[in-house]
Amino acid sequence: MSDLDRCIPSCPIPIQQYPHVLLAHGGGGKLMHQLIEKMFIGTYGNPTLAVQHDAAALIINGQRLAFTSDSYVVQPLFFPGGDIGTLAVNGTVNDLAMAGARPLYLSASFILEEGLAMETLWKVVQSMQAAAQAANVAIATGDTKVVERGKGDGLFINTAGIGIIEHTQEIVPQSVQPGDAILLNGDIGRHGIAIMAVREGLEFESNIKSDCAPLSDAVQALLAAGIEIHCLRDLTRGGLASALNEIAVSAGVEIEIDELLIPVREDVRAVCEILGFDPLYVANEGRFIAFVPEADVESALEVLNLYQSGSSEGGLSSAIACAIGSVTQRSTGLVKLKSKIGVQRIVHLLSGEQLPRIC
Amino acid sequence: MKYVDEYREGTLVHRYADAIAQITTRPWTIMEICGGQTHAIVKYGIDQLLPPDITLIHGPGCPVCVTPAELIDRAIAISAQPDVIFCSYGDMLRVPGSMGDNASTDLMHVKATGADVRVVYSPLDALKLAQANPSQQVVFFAIGFETTAPATAMAVYQAHQLGLPNFSVLVSHVLVPPAMEAILASPQNRVQGFLAAGHVCAVMGYAEYEPIAQKFQVPIVVTGFEPLDILQGVYLCVQQLQQGQSFVENQYKRAVNQRGNETAQNLIQTVFQIVPRQWRGIGSITQSGLGLREPYTKFDAERRFPHVGGTVVEPIECISGLILQGVKKPQECKVFGDRCTPEHPLGAPMVSSEGACAAYYLYRSRLEREACP
Repeated sequence: MSDLDRCIPSCPIPIQQYPHVLLAHGGGGKLMHQLIEKMFIGTYGNPTLAVQHDAAALIINGQRLAFTSDSYVVQPLFFPGGDIGTLAVNGTVNDLAMAGARPLYLSASFILEEGLAMETLWKVVQSMQAAAQAANVAIATGDTKVVERGKGDGLFINTAGIGIIEHTQEIVPQSVQPGDAILLNGDIGRHGIAIMAVREGLEFESNIKSDCAPLSDAVQALLAAGIEIHCLRDLTRGGLASALNEIAVSAGVEIEIDELLIPVREDVRAVCEILGFDPLYVANEGRFIAFVPEADVESALEVLNLYQSGSSEGGLSSAIACAIGSVTQRSTGLVKLKSKIGVQRIVHLLSGEQLPRIC
Repeated sequence: MKYVDEYREGTLVHRYADAIAQITTRPWTIMEICGGQTHAIVKYGIDQLLPPDITLIHGPGCPVCVTPAELIDRAIAISAQPDVIFCSYGDMLRVPGSMGDNASTDLMHVKATGADVRVVYSPLDALKLAQANPSQQVVFFAIGFETTAPATAMAVYQAHQLGLPNFSVLVSHVLVPPAMEAILASPQNRVQGFLAAGHVCAVMGYAEYEPIAQKFQVPIVVTGFEPLDILQGVYLCVQQLQQGQSFVENQYKRAVNQRGNETAQNLIQTVFQIVPRQWRGIGSITQSGLGLREPYTKFDAERRFPHVGGTVVEPIECISGLILQGVKKPQECKVFGDRCTPEHPLGAPMVSSEGACAAYYLYRSRLEREACP
C-alpha cells in the first residue's frame, strides 16, 4: 500500500455487501439512509447538514433562509394528476415549506436524452411554469445538458430552491417533544398508486390521481394562525412510515399512531390489497405531517382543512386533515402502530421499495 | 372495504380469541402452512391474542425461501449471459445464492453490474417480452407453490402454441401436501394440527389433504389470510384437537371448494409432471415438485443454458431449514436481527415478504426480539 492510499479513508459502506449501488439505495428505505448517513453526512458533516431536515436553514447577514435541492427521475414522465415537471416544482417547494419557509426562487436543471421529443419537453416546461405560478415561486436560473441516446431515461430534472424564513420558530426534528400530537393533512398513498397504475408491465384501470400539490400555503397559514409548529415533514418516497421513522430517529423519540385514524381512500386501499402493499409505505406528493403541541391541535386542523388538495375529486371525504397519533416518550427512535384489531406492532423502515406479492 | 374490513373487525376478532380460550384445556401446537398467514399473524399480533396453551408455528409456505440456493446460482449464471433478459418476481431478486468462494451475491447485484434482470408480475409478461425481443433469450424464474404454477403453465403452453424459440422457464415449483407429509413424518415433528394455505386450496381444492389427515391423525383446516379467518381456522382446529378428531375442514369457503379450480389443475397437468425437488434448508422431498413434461421440456432453461458452477455451500449459521419446518422460531437463531437482517440476509426467510424471519424482524419490537432465548 502506498502512502497515498493510506491517506484515503476507507469507504464507510460495507463494500463486501454492496460493491455496487443498487436501486434500493434510492428507494427511501434503510439502504438509502445508510448511504446518506455513512457516506454523505459522514464525509460532508457540518452542523447545518446534521439537522437532517428537508431543507437546510441558513442565516446570511442575519436573515434566515431555507435552501434545498432535489432530482426527479420519475417514469413514466406523465401520469394521472401530474408529470415530472409538476413534481420537480412542487417537490422542492414542499421541501422549503417543511422548513417553515416561504419559497421564493427555484433553479431548473435539465438532463435531456438525445432523441427526446421536443413536444414532450415543451409540455414539461409548461407544466413547470404553471406549477411555479401556483406556488408563487420564480424559476430564476437553470442549466441544460444533453446526453447520448441510451445514456439517460428521456428526461431528468434537478431543482434547487431558496425560501425565506419569516418567523422565529425552530421547525426541525430536534424540536419534537413527548406529548406532541401528529397531524396529517389528508389521505395517503395516491401518488404511488397513480404512478403504479401507468407503470410498464403493471397497467391497471383506475381513477386515482396523484396528490401532487404545493404545501407552502398551508404551512404559511399555520404560521399565520400562530400555531406552535415543532416539526414538519412531507411524505414522499417511503410514505408515512418512512417520514415517521426519520423524525423518530432524528428527534430521539417514540411515536405511537393508530391505524384506524389514518385515512386511505377506498380505491387506493383496494389496489394495495391486490398488490400486497402497505399504504403506510406508498409515496405521496401532497401530504405532510405536522408535530404540534396538543393544545394547538384543533386550530391547526381547522387551518389544514382550508387547504385541501384534490378534496373535491370524487367527493371523497377521506381528504381531511386529522390527528393520527402522538409522541409518547424519549427513546432511540421507534414508531409503534395500534393495529385495527387493537394489538400493537412496530412500523419499520423498509430496506428498499415495496414489491408486489408473488401469490 | 367490502370483503376485507369484515375480516379485520376488532370486536369480532376479540370474541373469537375468547372463544378459543374457552375451548382450550390442553397445550396444542398448530402450524400455519403459508407465509402469507405467518405475516398476517405477526403483523396483526394474532398470536398475542391466543391463550398461552396454543402455540402457532410457522410452516414452509414461502416460495422464495424454499427455492434451492443451487437454482438461484443458476439463475444468476443465466442472467449474466449475453443477450438474456432474465425475468423474476421481485422478491427473488434479493435472495442470496450460495455462499461459495465468491462474495455473497443475488440477482439484484448482478443487475447492478449490467445483467438485464427485470421484475415481472406474471410469467405472461415475460412471454410478451420474448415476443417483443426476438433476438434475445427471455428466461422466467418460475418459483412458487400450486398458486403460481398455473400461470407458469399457461405461459409455457402459449409459448408452445406460438412456437417461440426464445422463451424458457427455470422451474422451481413445489407442492404443499408432500411437504406436510415430510414434516409429519420427521422425528422432530411437533405439529398437531394444520392451517392449510387458502390460496393453494383455491387452485387445488382440498381432497388431496384428506388422506394426510387420516394417515397422521391430524386436523387440517383450510384457512384464509385475514385476522378473523386465521382465528376461525385456529378455533376449528382446536375444536377438533380437543375432541380427538382429525378431518379436513374448510374455513375459507368464500374462496375454496373441495374440487378447486379444475381448469387450472388441467393446465398444470398438461404442462408439468411431478418430480422430486430440493427444498432449501430442508433437503430433497420425493414427488414434491413440478417439472416440465414432453413436449414442453424444450422450454426448460436448465437445458437451454447448461450450468457451469461449483458446489453449493450454505452459510452454517443460518437455521432456515429448522425455521421452515417449524422446529425453531426466528428469534431462536443466534444471528437473527444481528448479522442477519433484511439488508444483509444470510437466508431466504429474512428476505421474502412471506418469510417468517422477515415478519418477526419487521413487526416485532427490539425488546420482544431480545426477550426470546
